[in-house]
Amino acid sequence: MPERETRRDGTGDSRVWGRVLPPLVLVAAGLAVWQWYVTWADVRPQVLPSPLRVLEQGWAYREQIWANTVPTLQVTAVGFAVSLALGWALAVAVDFSPWLRRALTPLLVASQTLPIIAIAPLLIIWFGFGLLPKVVVIALVTFFPIAVGLIEGFAATERQATDLLRSMGASRWEQFRYVRLPGALPRFFTALRIGITYAVTGAIFAEYVGATAGLGIFMSVQKNSFRTDLVLAAVLVTALLSVGLFLLTYAVERLVIPWDRAVRGHA
Amino acid sequence: MHESKLQIDDLHKAFPGPLPVLDGVAFDVAPGEFVSVIGPSGCGKSTLFNVIAGLERPDAGRVVVDGEDATGRVDPFAYMPQRDLLFPWRTVLDNTTLGLEVSGMSRRAARKRAKALFAPFGLAGFEAARPHELSGGMRQRAALLRTVVQDRAVLLLDEPFGALDSLTRTDMQTWLEGVRARFGWTVLLITHDIREAVFLSDRVVVLGPRPTGVRREVVVDLPRPRDVDLITSVRFAELEAELLEALRGSAGTVV
Repeated sequence: MPERETRRDGTGDSRVWGRVLPPLVLVAAGLAVWQWYVTWADVRPQVLPSPLRVLEQGWAYREQIWANTVPTLQVTAVGFAVSLALGWALAVAVDFSPWLRRALTPLLVASQTLPIIAIAPLLIIWFGFGLLPKVVVIALVTFFPIAVGLIEGFAATERQATDLLRSMGASRWEQFRYVRLPGALPRFFTALRIGITYAVTGAIFAEYVGATAGLGIFMSVQKNSFRTDLVLAAVLVTALLSVGLFLLTYAVERLVIPWDRAVRGHA
Repeated sequence: MHESKLQIDDLHKAFPGPLPVLDGVAFDVAPGEFVSVIGPSGCGKSTLFNVIAGLERPDAGRVVVDGEDATGRVDPFAYMPQRDLLFPWRTVLDNTTLGLEVSGMSRRAARKRAKALFAPFGLAGFEAARPHELSGGMRQRAALLRTVVQDRAVLLLDEPFGALDSLTRTDMQTWLEGVRARFGWTVLLITHDIREAVFLSDRVVVLGPRPTGVRREVVVDLPRPRDVDLITSVRFAELEAELLEALRGSAGTVV
């Protein structure tokens, strides 16, 4: 009932609340049940700490968690930047060369069949505990949706649009610049959102396997000392980071392709 | 020879498949003339247009513009495809300057030139609008503006009003009749609408079924400028009947 009202008056604030409130209510209810169960059944915190304990201990260890969050964010940023560069380079190359399209498409798919869980420890053996193996893992798990989204976005250009540009005398590069590239951007942002949700988890995973600092190695260490509460606190931070980056893509999308929203709102 | 702006000289084109598409298509268009091409559906009108526009090479035959061989060249033609293809990431003004920008004109000069046409095209005040804010008829006029502003020798219009409702289409046809007279364009129009062909054209070329060739050329001897009342005149009806018969005759041979 209140939802209907917020929709009718339609101001920006109330619409945002209409979208944010339902998941918040659900999460709050879940936490309440969790808290109640832990208290009622008197579960040991090493097995399952209560949400309040997670928050409490997370806050108590905030400096240590933050010190490990920064390297994870750095790894994520570098890895995702590499992934973006790689995805764009591959997609553009494939769009310009039918030969490369045939040559690379099966390899792209094959790269996704690699069991990262088995490869990641090997990467540590090969490249050590530094930045490189983590960047490789993040790039490996995130470049695929980006490359594929772009390749398909370029290829979705209508034949008639290409003909129109050709009739104007446009070179292949000009066709790309004026039509294929802008036309592919909406798909790119969809792909970006898929990729970025994997990026933080990819970083955590790479750190879990071996690192000197970072949320992944923090979790691993805390798990080994049965600090389940701190593991979950780090999980919470991870989730917040992912959600934050996910929301950030919407902001960037609005800046880069404001026209897309308008078109969709109209259709 | 130099009397014709455009000569279509014995064009042949085949694709892998059972039947060739173009089988010796030939006709002329005089400077400032408005010629429509009609034919049974699937006869190869679009292929013919793509070949004329230089988007596809013919297997044999030539496209001649102002006495010079222009086969496979795009620069003598301004091409307007069936769909308006106004790009949502550009304003209406920047959509209309696209061809000029591609040809290397500075953005400023291109905008200045396109802007001058916004009033006669009924688009004044919509320069900064986005395409989705325009009505169907306005979108077609913007697409036509983008076509003519390139200042090419011949305009190639591929069923430009096909997607419009009939009232808007009639408005667009009368409007086009008006601006064409004012600017003196040489136009080749593909349509499957006989009424549209008669109303707008000096001459109508009727194509036969695939493999297609010119079956008949009908001169439209109606006075200009034309307005909607003309559609109910006896001569208009006679021309429509003649074209319908030519089309039926050509379609009949396919069975």
